[in-house]
Amino acid sequence: MAEIVKRNKALSVNPLKASQPTGGSLACLGFDKAIPMLHGSQGCTAFAKVFFVRHFREPIPLQTTAMDQASSVLGADENVVEGIKNIAEKSKPALIAVLTTGLAETQGCDVHRNVREFRVKYPEYNHVAVVAVNTPDFTGCVETGYAATLYEIIKDLVPDAASAGSKPGNRQRQVNVLASPMLTPGDLEALRDLIEQFNLRPVLVPDLSDSLDGSLTDDDFSPVTIGGTPVSELATLGEARATLVIGASLRKSGELLQEKTGVPSHYFDHLYGLQANDALVQALTDISEMPVPQKVERQRAQLQDAMLDTHFMLGQLRVAIAADPDQLNALIHLVHGMGCEVVTAIAAGNTPVLATAPVDSIKIGDLEDLEVMAKERKAQLLIGNSHAVASAERLGIPILRIGFPLYDVIGGYQKTWIGYRGTRQTLFDLANLVINFAHEEIEPYYSPYAQKPESERPACSPSCH
Amino acid sequence: MKSTKDIAELLDEPACEHNKKEKSGCAKPKPGSAAGGCAFDGAQIALLPIADVAHIVHGPIACAGSSWDNRGTRSSGSELYRIGMTTDLTEQDVVMGRSEKRLFHAIKQAIETYNPPAVFIYNTCVPALVGDDINATCKSAAERWGVPVVPIDCAGFYGTKNLGNRIAGDAMVKHVIGTRDPDPLPPGTERPGIKVHDVNLVGEYNIAGEFWHVLPLLDEMGLRVLCTLSGDARFREVQTMHKAEVNMMVCSKAMVNVARKLQQSYGTPWFEGSFYGITDTSQALRDFARVINDPDLIERTEAIIAREENRIRQALAPWKERLKGKRVLLFTGGVKSWSVISALQDLGMVVVATGTKKSTEEDKARIRELMGEETLMIEDGSPKALLKVVADYKADILIAGGRNMYTALKARIPFLDINQEREFGYEGYQGMLELVRQLALTLESPVWEAVRATPPWRIKAPSPAGEGWGEEKINQQNALFDPPHPNLLPHGEGTVVAAGA
Repeated sequence: MAEIVKRNKALSVNPLKASQPTGGSLACLGFDKAIPMLHGSQGCTAFAKVFFVRHFREPIPLQTTAMDQASSVLGADENVVEGIKNIAEKSKPALIAVLTTGLAETQGCDVHRNVREFRVKYPEYNHVAVVAVNTPDFTGCVETGYAATLYEIIKDLVPDAASAGSKPGNRQRQVNVLASPMLTPGDLEALRDLIEQFNLRPVLVPDLSDSLDGSLTDDDFSPVTIGGTPVSELATLGEARATLVIGASLRKSGELLQEKTGVPSHYFDHLYGLQANDALVQALTDISEMPVPQKVERQRAQLQDAMLDTHFMLGQLRVAIAADPDQLNALIHLVHGMGCEVVTAIAAGNTPVLATAPVDSIKIGDLEDLEVMAKERKAQLLIGNSHAVASAERLGIPILRIGFPLYDVIGGYQKTWIGYRGTRQTLFDLANLVINFAHEEIEPYYSPYAQKPESERPACSPSCH
Repeated sequence: MKSTKDIAELLDEPACEHNKKEKSGCAKPKPGSAAGGCAFDGAQIALLPIADVAHIVHGPIACAGSSWDNRGTRSSGSELYRIGMTTDLTEQDVVMGRSEKRLFHAIKQAIETYNPPAVFIYNTCVPALVGDDINATCKSAAERWGVPVVPIDCAGFYGTKNLGNRIAGDAMVKHVIGTRDPDPLPPGTERPGIKVHDVNLVGEYNIAGEFWHVLPLLDEMGLRVLCTLSGDARFREVQTMHKAEVNMMVCSKAMVNVARKLQQSYGTPWFEGSFYGITDTSQALRDFARVINDPDLIERTEAIIAREENRIRQALAPWKERLKGKRVLLFTGGVKSWSVISALQDLGMVVVATGTKKSTEEDKARIRELMGEETLMIEDGSPKALLKVVADYKADILIAGGRNMYTALKARIPFLDINQEREFGYEGYQGMLELVRQLALTLESPVWEAVRATPPWRIKAPSPAGEGWGEEKINQQNALFDPPHPNLLPHGEGTVVAAGA
């Protein structure tokens, strides 16, 4: 049980946290023909866009209400309504997510009312789904913005069972998956593959593995996402056999979906490590009424073997981790289960799951906190995003890159962390970092009496060493 | 090729108890059930740690190809020993009789490229069999290029790894030791009232740099280590070994012939000791002082021992609590069983059984002394036998050489590697801290529980619908596709017969 230590300094140095609108955009980008529009000044969007472009190395559809001085002071309702209309007209999207920023929220906007006004004014665009979400950047982090957006999408776009006449299990082999932002496109592919091995049809909501997986398409340009969960698919969620909710941050979304449709939700805080994946496989075998495939059993046995092989390197290893809450919790569980000692845990935001992590305390903080505490507590290995690489260099310890953003490696977004196989690879990667960079060797000793060759004798007296 | 007489001479080692017994570690290996390396292996690992020498393996690729850079020994300076060199003989060389010529050119190349103070040539089976005269080749190469070239005639078929160690030691005594007198003491190292005594260590390999835990203490005592054969040694150090006042045989009698011959030729007394464990480390330091018999040194030594023992016992206290009462099965190869036993007993651990395959009668007596008359001594080191002992004696951990690591892990048993490939140093007082850390690391690891647990779907009732599958079918399927590894079967159960057979 972790004690949560809140922020206690004025200045945030080397921030770990990225904003809620960024997270909201990410959720929206997992739908087909979608485009997020940030309600704020142009910069809010430009920064978020660069953030994603560097991470995914893909063009990112992202628009802005472009609030200027006049609309910031006098009201920006017009910007929202006209912004939606312009996108609907020019880009022919299936989904527009209107995400507020700190500027808009401070000004006192009501984007939900703006969307209603848009519907009244432009009924010709009634076929375009528009969802408004409050995602001010003065609260939360990527993960909470993502969760809020998914919640609103389910609330607005998934019909309830009574009005739609949907019935859980009508689609015998369909399983809905609500996917947390900690799942990479690579993770989602692995998850889809696993579910399909149980003869089930997964509907990932949202599905970044179909929109931001880095594949070439026939169209050379698109102002909206190509691929992702089709908005039309949201109407089928109510007929599925079950919903898998991956990530503690999506619990509310899972509850809402169950409440609206009656489809039972199964909750998984994360999918790192043996136990977490055992729970998932158990759920899949229950839902599908199929035995666990040999291939999966084999991968499980491979993971167990890898756990034995790597425990020599990872046991008692002092690890420092910085991440968004879901991922932080997952990583703590993973390395704790290998016998590592988590000496520093930094979360970008505070969510209930953190209190359940098997670590003494978690600091809500920045990468400076990470660096200072990691140094103080003699961390031997860092786990964090690309921003933390500089910290690792200053600390002189290796880093495992994970999370958002990963801009100094190619293909980071595609790496698979979950499942028996993903976990196995993570353990190998961690152990290799230890072998190659964190192995504490005995310092050579130079005897003052030694008859070593002239060229090897220390220039100064041995006390220098 | 060595003559049968040469080999018989090497096998006859008056300083080794095996000489008096029929059954011994130097006995002939049994075809079909032999474990361990050959004479070449033994010779190479005995000398490879001499860091600034060019070590050339003369033979086709199998000898060097899979053995180079495969040892945890460390050097404080030259890294030449880590460069793998072999004549890589081809079929043409063998058939046309060109291997001597190739060796000659190989020596030239090594000298020109790396400028070593000496070149060691390890002879292997094929050139030994076709009759290469490596002694003559080395001699003329040394004359031609003015660099000592030492032949080490250690073809694998001569015998076991142990014999290889002796061949290596013999080569040092014959060709290297006594070819140079020690340097004068370096200026600035004199300390008032302290007479510096020269000593050697034989059979100390500086695995993972562990000897650097001990060397500072020897310096403090006022002992100059002329040479450690062969950890972190240099060629020029080996040359001076004949001038030591005392030799310590570290842990193993593998190179006991070196100590014996130095005693014969130069009258140097020797004693046997170990740096594993507090008790043995202190004993080794005391023995140096005792044999040298300098009252000042004895006094200084006792002070150092008291200080170090006190320091380390304090540092170990919290760890001892965690390890107390844990049961250990010890199965060591080269490292003497008894020395590690005392280290483990220092920690309050219980050694339930120990391997004695390579131990001498004297070792066994010592083991009985440490562990009691009833102690189980294991001669059969096969994976199956080891696992049976682990199960029968409820051992918590297997401590053995790296070769047995995967035997233990596959059977889900904690394991500690104690052989030469390991990456951690356990020698001296300080090494005990690393030993306890490694013991606790594996014993307390949460992975054991995770890998021993049955997957939930094998425990839980079948699917709620109650049809389609059940426990029995799962087992049947497993039998079809995935027979368990034999090591995982309960003892007594035979091999798995494929379903449908």
